[in-house]
Amino acid sequence: MTALLELDNLRVSFPGPRGRVEVVRGVSFTLGRERLGIVGESGSGKSLTGRSILRLLRPPARVEVDALRFDGQDLMALSDRQMRRVRGARISMVMQDPRYSLNPVITVGDQIAEALRVHERIPRRAVQARVREMLEKVRIHDPERVMRLYPHEVSGGMGQRVMIAMMLIPQPDILIADEPTSALDVSVQAQVLDLIEEMIAENGMGLILISHDLDLVARYCDRVLVMNQGEVVEELQAGALHAARHPYTRALLDSVPRMDETREVLPVMDRSAGAGT
Amino acid sequence: MGAVRDWLTDDAPASRLQAQAGRAWSIARAFGRNPLAMLGAVIIGALIVVAIFAPWLSPHSPVGQDLGSRLLPPSAEHWLGTDELGRDILSRILHGARITLLIVVMVALISAPLGLIIGAVAGYFGGWVDRVLMALTDVFLSLPKLIMALAFVAALGAGLQNAIIAIAVTAWPAYARIARAETLTFRNSEFIAAVRLQGASHLRVIVVHVIPLCMSSTIIRVTLDMAGIILTAAGLGFLGLGAQPPLPEWGAMISRGRSFILDQWWVATMPGFAIIIVSLGFCFLGDGLRDVLDPKQREGR
Amino acid sequence: MSAALDIRSLSVRYGRTDVVRDVSIRVARGESYALVGESGSGKSTILRAVVGMVPDWRGEIEVDGAPRSALGQGAFAQHCQMVFQDPYASLHPRRTVDATLSEPLRIHGIGNRDAQVIEMMRSVGLDPRYRFRFPHQLSGGQRQRVAIARALMLDPKLLLLDEPTSALDVSVQAEILNLLVRLRAERGLTYVLVTHALPVVSFLCDRLGVLHKGQLVEETGVAALHDGAFRAPYARELYQASLGAGDRVRDAG
Repeated sequence: MTALLELDNLRVSFPGPRGRVEVVRGVSFTLGRERLGIVGESGSGKSLTGRSILRLLRPPARVEVDALRFDGQDLMALSDRQMRRVRGARISMVMQDPRYSLNPVITVGDQIAEALRVHERIPRRAVQARVREMLEKVRIHDPERVMRLYPHEVSGGMGQRVMIAMMLIPQPDILIADEPTSALDVSVQAQVLDLIEEMIAENGMGLILISHDLDLVARYCDRVLVMNQGEVVEELQAGALHAARHPYTRALLDSVPRMDETREVLPVMDRSAGAGT
Repeated sequence: MGAVRDWLTDDAPASRLQAQAGRAWSIARAFGRNPLAMLGAVIIGALIVVAIFAPWLSPHSPVGQDLGSRLLPPSAEHWLGTDELGRDILSRILHGARITLLIVVMVALISAPLGLIIGAVAGYFGGWVDRVLMALTDVFLSLPKLIMALAFVAALGAGLQNAIIAIAVTAWPAYARIARAETLTFRNSEFIAAVRLQGASHLRVIVVHVIPLCMSSTIIRVTLDMAGIILTAAGLGFLGLGAQPPLPEWGAMISRGRSFILDQWWVATMPGFAIIIVSLGFCFLGDGLRDVLDPKQREGR
Repeated sequence: MSAALDIRSLSVRYGRTDVVRDVSIRVARGESYALVGESGSGKSTILRAVVGMVPDWRGEIEVDGAPRSALGQGAFAQHCQMVFQDPYASLHPRRTVDATLSEPLRIHGIGNRDAQVIEMMRSVGLDPRYRFRFPHQLSGGQRQRVAIARALMLDPKLLLLDEPTSALDVSVQAEILNLLVRLRAERGLTYVLVTHALPVVSFLCDRLGVLHKGQLVEETGVAALHDGAFRAPYARELYQASLGAGDRVRDAG
């Protein structure tokens, strides 16, 4: 398998009141045209890892990496202008809450069209057709109506589908999805994730799914990286979650209440060693 | 020093005092990193020192006339020259600092709490209370400050005290607007609901929980407005409606110097400089305070 | 014996839409009851109506046998308290833990505050070292502990929990859920939990009501969560969609 993305020894630090604090401490992985999940709790550095790949972190954050290669290109060596061409066109990102990532005063259709126009020069009429086609692909049944709506007029699930349409219309090679469903209802969550899964398979893309939900990541990915306090503690095949060895992963699995819960007390992690929650 | 710093930046303060001191320390540290803000603080600090020690600092009497040395240019004897009655301008400016500081402090003490309470009440209750109070505020806001202050002074009679009252009456609507806007952002928030659920009266919620949250944006705005207050006071003084002669009020001094502006430029210019420097000082200080006190920027830390 | 919470034919309107339609719920003393449903089902609105945060409702609400309207703000506070969803929004940003916890005591003129605050902090598993910290110096789990402690300061018997763990990490969620179970046993509390997470209900509650579009479509014991024996089609749908977190893992293993 050829590596689409290669990340070697990523470190991210922030200034604190008592010196710099390293929050991502040496994360490395390679990604092919496959689905990779990154799981961790808040503060594990999983979102920062996703953002670092797109070079979205601004000072005072400091990003250091031994190698960050995408399709043979060294991303760290690119100018800001070249990076903008990679961002969106070749690597896209879907964020947590569609309400914050869509511009509230521009219609949904125009925003998707904009995403396309930035990266490709195509005639106006063709743009409209592509937008309509894309919205149909993300299973919006009446694209004509939805294109004219403003972001506050669409529901959470619909908004997230619009986001996905917007991110996928330039046909990127990698999609980074950072908690794409945590703002959605349970029944809508599955629909959105199924949709992402389908689009990935159809276009043969690479996916990085970042989430706090181990089970959800295992369901939609091939491989799972478990992160804790800025480090990857374990790498698992998605089908082999129950074979997790690392105590952190085990604790994470055990602390989730089950549908047919009979335990009196849920097992909790021993935090005396760490910096606390 | 190290021990004191550790005490201040301790993650787990052991007492109320330490918690407050730690918070003040982190604000002061952020403030210290901003050079313009520090410059503003130094200017305002100097103004206060000068106001306190004016009688000892000034080389001459601020009111003592010496008709023999009228309109002298700046010299070793009179650093900033003398005015048309032979009074030392430097001494008058130094004494004038007291009047300026008095005006600024009194206006802030009257208008800020008034605006804060009206705005917090309007924002917290909403509905018709809000509409009535804000309509009143808008009436005041729609009139130019100086014109309204003029009208008040004309009605109350000229004098320093009435000038202060007039300026305070024109200054509060801005604070009411700010306090209301701030209150609206959290009046439906869960921590206010939680306090209500514990049985707190509306009065208690407003005084103990709402007003402290509006405080920092009001302090910032008041500081930034200080320059405007000084200018309005100077304007009233210039028109002869503020402090009365022989009080060395800066605006009145410019007004007197106006007649000699072409030949004896220093008479009007020197107090003008004083006004500019102090106004700038308040502006820098206000900008700096906004950077460290604004809750929207503190959130992330 | 009167119920801890008795709601009869409650309807709530927001503008022109009915958010809650003719809902009746009776929660016995010492029981732990869950209201489940998706966003917009009206589950949080019911809690808000009980505590008086919704102005326009019809029907009857009784707390501890007394009609809601007969209880003043102060008396109600000593019967019933609420824990909110977002521990980041439910604590006053400029007040220390100590100020937040002693506030209810101050409102009701109760003395010996220092000792009570420290005791309550221990009781919810917060190190008293944190007493003078501000909310921004606490983690999400610690903040939620403070919010729970605040709700318990006046020693109420009925606790309304509005998605108390949905903003927290899973491992922290486990700690808070354990805490809620222990507090209920120690203090003989009655819980009314609002949530969309059925596994949480399975752990924390005895009985649940399923809400859909403002109506109560099914009321049943938590045993239904073990085998999925729901009668209402919507309840079955919700159950199917929620299967997953933790369950598949065990099936696979």
